[in-house]
Amino acid sequence: MQQSVAFHSQGFLPPEHYDQIFSAHGTIMIFFVAMPFMIGLMNFVVPLQLGVRDVAFPTLNSVGFWLTATGALLVNISLVIGEFARNGWLPYPPLSELAYSPGVGVDYYLWSLEISGVGTLVAGINLVTTVLKVRTRGMHYLRMPMFCWTTLATNLLIVAAFPILTATLAMLLLDRYLGFHFFSNEAGGNVMMFVNLIWAWGHPEVYILVLPAFGIFSEVISTFSGKPLFGYRSMVAATMAICILSFMVWLHHFFTMGAGADVNAIFGIATMIIAVPTGVKVFNWLFTMYGGRVRFQTPLLWSIGFMVTFIIGGMTGVLLAVPPADFVLHNSLFLVAHFHNVIIGGVLFGAFAGYTYWFPKAFGFKLHEGLGRAAFWCWLIGFYVAFMPLYVLGLLGMTRRIQHYDVLEWHPWLVVAACGAALILCGIVFQIAQLALSIRRRAELRDDTGDPWDGRSLEWATSSPPPPFNFAFLPEVLGEDAFWRLKSRANEQSGTDQAPEYRDIEIPRNSPTGFVCAFFATVMGFALIWHIWWMVAVGAIGAFATFVVFSWRDKDEDVVPAEEVARIDRRNKSQRHAILRGEAAQ
Amino acid sequence: MSTIALTEVHQGSLASRDWSGPAPKRIVTGYGFWIFILSDMIMFSAFFATYAVLLGQTAGGPTGHDLFDLRNVAVETAFLLASSFTCGLATIAADTRSTTWFQLAMAVTCAFGLGFLAIEGREFASLVARGAGPTRSAFLSAFFTLVGTHGLHVSAGVLWLLTMMAQVFAKGFRADILRRILCFALFWHALDIIWIAVFTVVYLLGSAP
Repeated sequence: MQQSVAFHSQGFLPPEHYDQIFSAHGTIMIFFVAMPFMIGLMNFVVPLQLGVRDVAFPTLNSVGFWLTATGALLVNISLVIGEFARNGWLPYPPLSELAYSPGVGVDYYLWSLEISGVGTLVAGINLVTTVLKVRTRGMHYLRMPMFCWTTLATNLLIVAAFPILTATLAMLLLDRYLGFHFFSNEAGGNVMMFVNLIWAWGHPEVYILVLPAFGIFSEVISTFSGKPLFGYRSMVAATMAICILSFMVWLHHFFTMGAGADVNAIFGIATMIIAVPTGVKVFNWLFTMYGGRVRFQTPLLWSIGFMVTFIIGGMTGVLLAVPPADFVLHNSLFLVAHFHNVIIGGVLFGAFAGYTYWFPKAFGFKLHEGLGRAAFWCWLIGFYVAFMPLYVLGLLGMTRRIQHYDVLEWHPWLVVAACGAALILCGIVFQIAQLALSIRRRAELRDDTGDPWDGRSLEWATSSPPPPFNFAFLPEVLGEDAFWRLKSRANEQSGTDQAPEYRDIEIPRNSPTGFVCAFFATVMGFALIWHIWWMVAVGAIGAFATFVVFSWRDKDEDVVPAEEVARIDRRNKSQRHAILRGEAAQ
Repeated sequence: MSTIALTEVHQGSLASRDWSGPAPKRIVTGYGFWIFILSDMIMFSAFFATYAVLLGQTAGGPTGHDLFDLRNVAVETAFLLASSFTCGLATIAADTRSTTWFQLAMAVTCAFGLGFLAIEGREFASLVARGAGPTRSAFLSAFFTLVGTHGLHVSAGVLWLLTMMAQVFAKGFRADILRRILCFALFWHALDIIWIAVFTVVYLLGSAP
């Protein structure tokens, strides 16, 4: 954001516009980049890792996905029709109340998050149920890959935290639409209650973003070190500890509220305690790499970059957790540097590691390695050049969300930061080029083994891309690192390939329900923003009708006949065996 | 691809003792719906917490003691608890595949639900008429929102109930419809539990002088 800061001038953008830009930046990045990216990876990977054919509720899941798309669409519509919110990524009252934000900007924000929040909740319910109830034979809890554990923790957080967001935003909507007095200055409303409620959701949200990234790094580091994850059980314990602790620290987002020294001290200490399980995780990753046969490919580079960067971000976080320090640093660029440090270094690097790691599983060919490395180095160096100066600027007293400035000593640091942003841009260009080039050269990057990285968990046991039914036979799991065991056993007793008996497989039917439902939700959201009441009714009735039509269908599953299963499975197996024989001969 | 098994822990017969594969659909559906109910209760708890914070913020307007009519609330509670009983009868009827009893029990449940909504609507209307609407004070905003959210849930439940009656009428007791009846019953009983909390926290505590 610092590029839009102008020295000795009126600013590149007028203040109203600049305020919309940083509000939309935060909202889009958190709700419509980071979360869908992570939830998307979970949806793809978790059923494969659990060795099953699908998630618990496929159609509901699709509804959730399309409702998220509705939210993103509404935010983008605000670029063209009307305006977006100008009060940051969290609409603190009283600024967000009707008296001070009379336009439709806040309404766009509120309705898009209410609708996409329902989508997120649906995804959470689906994935919790999947991990807890839909696992293959022998996959008991302490045999699940780490990514499944972090998925469970993340989605428990979603189920427990998102209803609070829904309720809080609903109260703000009631204030704005019907003149209620939850957060108003008059008639007994309580502004600080909003801040408390929003962070009771907002802090768990931070872990909703970063826990799946921790899972991805665990998978990547263990695979590319050729070793089981060090301290698997302590990793599980640390994940669940973070899951619970994340609900006990929300007050550190507003130490300056004036809750008093005792309350601040308790929340400061609680915040520092979270660094303990996180530290356990970092040591586990390091010990996993220690003594391993480490292959420095792009996913692992992202993971190492993450460890270094995230530790710095974590330590500045502990600094901010000291209430007296927070009084100085609150609302400064130090804070901005801190959360970009953990979100870029943690969540985004995790997303990129997962993207590179699971891309061949999803599409059957790898991403170009050289361009991936180039992108990584641009991102990593660019990140440090762009955000380290912001720590200094924060200490120099520069507050966040400044549209223009006249302080001479800030200027050189902001110029350096802008150079860093340019480097990050290079990284993004390399990533786009990588995708384009990899698609063009997909023939030579093709992976027929289904196991391009010598993986350890069950997603690598099936072909890439997986058939619609994932596995012809649900694998039986005998311990941790299920696929690694299968491979080891297969090598010991190679050649004992008994002809299996294929059976019909039922898979859920494709259904347009999610799309149609989200269409009506979009209509309804748009109508609510612009107070077009008849259209609200149309949207609501349409959405209900969609569900009734869906529930009236007589057939909810398609059958893949046994011959088809056999044909697909034999083809995949023979391809794989040919490659394995070729490698063995070399 | 030569691989070495690094840690082969011999668990042998313990191998797959306590997880025998994906749970059956009925279990998965019920379980997922329970999780939804828990998340819904967290949403209610946010409204309860808000109500507790704003309880004293009457802005010089009426308090719960001035407004609540416990006799009215007792009738409401009786309606809702009775509807939960008849909803249980509907579940038993569905288990024994008795269409007549199912439709009858559901119809009675629906009548009780609508009766509850009518009483609540009358209460809200009279409050607004007395100048004690939700815009009067933060306390009343919180009251209307908490109780109204429960009322909206009951309304959605009635809509769902009618849909289930129509489905059983049109399609009979199919496996997927039975699963939906299970979820509906969970939902309806959960609303009762929330009402008990509303009754206690809002009306009983609120009408104390």
